[in-house]
Amino acid sequence: MIFYEYEARKIVELAGIPVTKYGFCQTADEARKVAEEIGGPTVIKSQVLTGGRMKAGGVQFADTPDEAAKHAEDILKLEINGHMPVGVLVDPKAEVKQEYYASVVWDGTAKKPLMLFSDMGGIDIEQVAEEHPDHVGRGHISNLLPVGDYEAKQVIAATGVTGSQLNRATPILAKLARLFRDNDMILAEINPLAELTDGSFVALDAHMEMEEEAVGRQKQLLRQELGIAEEDTRDNYVPSEFEKNVKAIDAADHRGVIQGKDHGFDGNLGLVIGAGGGSLTLTDAVRNQGGKPANYSEIGGNPSVAKACGLAKEVLKKDGVEKIAVMMSIVSNTRVDIVARGVIKACLELGKDPADTIAIFRIPGAWEDEGNKILDYYGVEYCDRTVSLWDAAGRAVAKIQGAAA
Amino acid sequence: MENHGGPIDGSIVTVPPGFTKDAVIEAIANGIKLLVIVTERIPRGDVAGMVEFADLHDARIIGPNCLGLIVPEVCKMGGIGGPAKDAAKSYKPGVVGVMSRSGGMTTEISSSLTAAGLGVSTAVSIGGDAIIGSTYAELMPYFEADEQTQAIVIYTEPGGRMEAQLAEWKQENNSRLPIVAFMAGKFMDDDEMQGMSFGHAGTIVEGKEDSAKEKIVRLEAADIKVVERIDEIPEAVKERIAK
Repeated sequence: MIFYEYEARKIVELAGIPVTKYGFCQTADEARKVAEEIGGPTVIKSQVLTGGRMKAGGVQFADTPDEAAKHAEDILKLEINGHMPVGVLVDPKAEVKQEYYASVVWDGTAKKPLMLFSDMGGIDIEQVAEEHPDHVGRGHISNLLPVGDYEAKQVIAATGVTGSQLNRATPILAKLARLFRDNDMILAEINPLAELTDGSFVALDAHMEMEEEAVGRQKQLLRQELGIAEEDTRDNYVPSEFEKNVKAIDAADHRGVIQGKDHGFDGNLGLVIGAGGGSLTLTDAVRNQGGKPANYSEIGGNPSVAKACGLAKEVLKKDGVEKIAVMMSIVSNTRVDIVARGVIKACLELGKDPADTIAIFRIPGAWEDEGNKILDYYGVEYCDRTVSLWDAAGRAVAKIQGAAA
Repeated sequence: MENHGGPIDGSIVTVPPGFTKDAVIEAIANGIKLLVIVTERIPRGDVAGMVEFADLHDARIIGPNCLGLIVPEVCKMGGIGGPAKDAAKSYKPGVVGVMSRSGGMTTEISSSLTAAGLGVSTAVSIGGDAIIGSTYAELMPYFEADEQTQAIVIYTEPGGRMEAQLAEWKQENNSRLPIVAFMAGKFMDDDEMQGMSFGHAGTIVEGKEDSAKEKIVRLEAADIKVVERIDEIPEAVKERIAK
């Protein structure tokens, strides 16, 4: 789950990291009030979940509260990369002496979070790492033991920072590492971390992303502290009709799992396939033999007849679908006969002949003999584990191309 | 443990994600040295915490989000291959070590090796998540030490840098074992698929390094044969063993 800047700053603040006295506003009047309270020059920043705000005009500077209100009014109406802002953040214009960079990310190889720090803040860290590797400090933290300030200090000191700057930045990076772990983040970034002219350090901008799997156990932070509603998932992906319908069928029954995607697919061969790895392998095999998949899908676990039928029906109802291929890698707990029943039922209920509609059925494994009996009865072509996933996909492609010719 | 009467040295964990970390730590604290975690959708921080705890106690975790491991006709941990009579169809003792990020594909590939007369020494479904207990490279020393194993087959997907780690391991350790790899999900390299996840939680292309194309280049640079088609695996293994 991704957070807006005003939420990320709140998360940082809750962890005890100093921030400026900012305000989140949804109207020009609110922006004026916050600017009056700040009582000096301000920055008005669009709150959108996309990059390139500055370039798009989503960040403006104001000298007076009236000017702040005017900018807020404009920015609230400004669409950036297809996103409308949820509000603006009004921030005092900081007197910055130097900008730093601090973040924590996952290192999958080490299986530990990695602290990153640079004394060249405000710009893209990947660019700094490439052009000035000696200006980026790195250090892993434990997933079990407390994070010591000294660990953060070593990372910062590696970039050449010393003295009071080192002492002031150390607790900030250590706190960022703790909040990353405590809040199940997959990204916690402060950029820039600013040293002001009076020597104090503040987080001027922050980016946070929480792991989806952990959203359920972070209710305290999400609902209580940040006031984010349960249905606000921040997923800006717009599912297709097909994707929505498959999801609904899956949710209606707890047995087995079916998933369907058709984003980026528009062919004539519907795929009723599984499981995770089998689906990836089969989609490649169909495409590499000249086939045009109409969708991607996954059957997992042991779905009911209704579920298998539901998925097959949705695939068959898609525009341009002429035939379906029902294929899986060798199954351990998916019952072959149940999937066979489901896909045949789907054909019959849509008034189609299963023998003609199902280009190939290749699901070897549990209850395959029972499945084959049903397939025999309806004259559906099937094959066993001696026919590879590649060849099964090839047969389906040949059949649909033969039908088209 | 105390009341069981005999030695217990392995644990298969299937409890829901919210309870997995505690179950695993309990098992390790009681002396279990090999754990298979079947549960999926466990937050990364929990997985990493379990792995760190296992490392401190000299224990090994396989998974999460996996089907376990099998030594054909000797032992099986987890649901791999299905019930014993079904597993026996796909897994016959032989010379190839199999490691796969997909549980189903572990059996699919092993079945083709069995049909080709090569058979399987040990097959491990390593799990489909972004962080797992044992990666290809971390399991290689065990296969290297196993006299029965003459070659390795890996099944791999886009996402993460586990393949890069294997390529580095092979180059640094001058391994006696030839490796054949199959990469699924090449369609995910298409522009319109960027940022989307298919198949497993760990399968998401977030950067250039994650793509199927990049991974294939890196594996081949380490003399790991990457086959284009799934059915080419047995022949490629035979060729490599004969070399």
